[in-house]
Amino acid sequence: MTPDIAPDVLRQHLIDPEICIRCNTCEETCPIDAITHDDRNYVVDPGKCDSCNVCLAPCPTGAIDNWRQVARASAYTIAQQLAWDALPPPQAVDAATPADIPQEVARITAVATAGQGGAAAPPWSAAHPYVNLHTLAKPAVATVSGNFRLTDDGASSDIRHIVLDFGSTAFPVLEGQTIGIVPPGTDAHGRPHFVRLYSIASPRDGERPRYNNVALTVKRVTEDHAGKAVRGVASNYLCDLEKGATVHVVGPFGTSFLMPNHPGSSLLMICTGTGSAPMRAMTERRRRRIALKEGGQLMLFFGARAPEELPYFGPLMKLPRDFIDINFAFSRVPGQPKQYVQDVIRTRGADVVRLLRDEQCYVYVCGLKGMEDGVTEAFRDACRAHGLDWDALLPAMRAHGRYHLETY
Amino acid sequence: MAAIDYSEKIPNNVNLASDRTLQRALEHWQPNYLKWWSEMGPDGSTDFDVYLRTAVSVDPSGWAHFDHVKMPDYRWGIFLTPTDADRAIHFGEHLGEPAWQDVPGEHRANLRRIIVTQGDTEPASVEQQRHLGLTCPSQYDLRNLFQVNVEEGRHLWAMVYLLHRYFGRDGREEAEALLERRSGDANNPRILGAFNEKTPDWLSFFMFTYFTDRDGKFQLCALAESGFDPLARTTKFMLTEEAHHMFVGESGVSRIIQRTCDAMHELATDDVAKLRAAGVIDLPTIQRYLNFHFSVTIDLFGADQSSNAATFYSAGLKGRFEEGKRADDHRLHGQTYKVLEIADGRLGEREVPMLNALNEVLRDDYIKDSIGGVNRWNKVIEKAGIPFRLAVPHKAFNRKIGTLANARVSPDGRVVSEAEWNAHVRDWLPTAEDRAFVASLMGRVVAPGKFANWIAPPLAGINKQPVDFAYVRFN
Repeated sequence: MTPDIAPDVLRQHLIDPEICIRCNTCEETCPIDAITHDDRNYVVDPGKCDSCNVCLAPCPTGAIDNWRQVARASAYTIAQQLAWDALPPPQAVDAATPADIPQEVARITAVATAGQGGAAAPPWSAAHPYVNLHTLAKPAVATVSGNFRLTDDGASSDIRHIVLDFGSTAFPVLEGQTIGIVPPGTDAHGRPHFVRLYSIASPRDGERPRYNNVALTVKRVTEDHAGKAVRGVASNYLCDLEKGATVHVVGPFGTSFLMPNHPGSSLLMICTGTGSAPMRAMTERRRRRIALKEGGQLMLFFGARAPEELPYFGPLMKLPRDFIDINFAFSRVPGQPKQYVQDVIRTRGADVVRLLRDEQCYVYVCGLKGMEDGVTEAFRDACRAHGLDWDALLPAMRAHGRYHLETY
Repeated sequence: MAAIDYSEKIPNNVNLASDRTLQRALEHWQPNYLKWWSEMGPDGSTDFDVYLRTAVSVDPSGWAHFDHVKMPDYRWGIFLTPTDADRAIHFGEHLGEPAWQDVPGEHRANLRRIIVTQGDTEPASVEQQRHLGLTCPSQYDLRNLFQVNVEEGRHLWAMVYLLHRYFGRDGREEAEALLERRSGDANNPRILGAFNEKTPDWLSFFMFTYFTDRDGKFQLCALAESGFDPLARTTKFMLTEEAHHMFVGESGVSRIIQRTCDAMHELATDDVAKLRAAGVIDLPTIQRYLNFHFSVTIDLFGADQSSNAATFYSAGLKGRFEEGKRADDHRLHGQTYKVLEIADGRLGEREVPMLNALNEVLRDDYIKDSIGGVNRWNKVIEKAGIPFRLAVPHKAFNRKIGTLANARVSPDGRVVSEAEWNAHVRDWLPTAEDRAFVASLMGRVVAPGKFANWIAPPLAGINKQPVDFAYVRFN
């Protein structure tokens, strides 16, 4: 969890004089003229810079991307920075540098990854993710280009597939990343609503290939975890959006729950409900690249109450069996015993363990908090039954970016 | 407006689809370009997946998108910075008039010449560098070389777009000729001298990207001021890419110096023979390479007095570096500027009309910028506590163009006799032995995170990736 940033602490933007080549690109790019230079250095004015980050991507060296937490009263002045040959050592207040993301997002992420002991390393071949390009202070504006109900009309849950188009705004995403939605208006106390995070359900090249859009899988929240009636502010806002409406979006976020890109890598995916969003994104990424014959296997465990409540059930059933090995678990089908994902994992134990042993296989778990323990137990049982020690395997998998868990 | 349409055959943000004739002309040129790339582009690299930066839009957050791509599949296209409807010409005789959206008839020949000369340097440098991949000192450097190459290719596209769009049949013929000239070909050479020199080794490559691509930066900066708006907008976007090339040069030379300084400490010697035996490039050799590349590059700015330069400026075709930041009248009538001359066997200065000396003005701005980086190289040597400093040679040293052409001037700016020149030229310019020694170090190192013995690893990877990241997948 991110420590609070006290108001008298400044996250100061600095340029590394040892790496900078004085090309002037940042000064040219800065929309508010916060960057200046002399014959020696390029520097950032702490009184002007509003951390909009527009200068980061165009910098050819990476020298621009340096941040120091300093006591506001002792921020490095322009004159001090102009005299540097190298960045100074961090000040004491710098010891606990927080991540580069808003506190709310850090808090949600900390909760979501608690089950695996915090964020894990990404796969070695993951593409480099862009993070926090659009901030709460300057959110991107997206247009709703589609909003479809995924679940049957008779189903108890209303899960929707919502497509957001970014037009000419750059919003590069990777499968497994999340974006933040800021509902308009204020809460009962007159404060702005909290940002809500949603996993993207579309691959990096767009819901429609080469379009600048992303898809979300959103369940209309009408009750809390305990079953008490409650109206989810963000989910109802999203589910009620009409085509053409505009939405404020922040992000993207997430540097860990990312898919491998190297040929021959396999995915073992376990999800329930809207936890299917990142799995759909990854599966679709792989599907679009089938012709490249890159190898590797896909195995999916997908839990829901009943087939008609399962988002993307139809499209999933159309995928070739030799492309993806799909295993459903339904807990509320009349006349059938309740089945959960952990039950099906045990049934398919031999194949699951084969994939767990395979160093090219990466595991993704996403869904409600409640599934965490069940899935872990099922892995432990399956491993035991096939001569593998889950508790020894897990730390190694995490260290190699092979185990990713996100629950809410 | 800023979004780049990648669904088109030629990615662009200039609404190419609305002009069918132009689109067809460029689609006709495209296969010839790809043929040129396969013949003259980086040797043996077609199958590699290279971690490249590609523009996905021209706004700051979108133009640096990184992914592994095969170079022939790189999305070369046409990107201009957004138009500013109120932009006015801000120098020369047309000062204050709206910028031209089309080519004025009376400036057609001059503009075409400027664009062709700029465009010719882009494929030329790709040709000069095409064999370097075979001797790369690391995967990281190989990736940087390829990034430079694909961006030079895109800069060619940028110039060809202008030729096709605004210069009719002449423009199309010039665009073809850009693919036909060859660097160093005696029968059909590239237009400018420095672009017919060989880039035989990585020290030359880094010096070239530091010095000669910096000439590109200054030429582009001067053209980004142009009254011909499409040229200004094109070159403005090219500048953001050009910065990367100078980064490759500055950091490359800096890392070579770092490694040499480390070896000087390890061996506790400054003896050239011992250092060479240890497989690092001695500092005097680096100084001689610097002298060569600096002097060849400042020739690119042209003769010190030029009526063409005056015409280009007064007509509003090509401004000065940072024209908009200068506080004079932007017409320059009656103003003077000092240029060098040799009189009575001594170097002196002479005042000439500034309009005629604009090549010299740009050259002097360039020299000031170049010295900055050389001083940063010296910081590395200084930090290592070694009593040696690199310096750029005198402006009159080893010139081939202008008043000073073929004058015998030492690097410290003394006019010397032919005999003294011949006695010292081995100390001032790289010798055949120097080049042979540097060439002997060039071996291919491609294991991720490994670097050739003569160069230090970089301080940071590309796009925050680790230094040992797989920047190139060889398949």
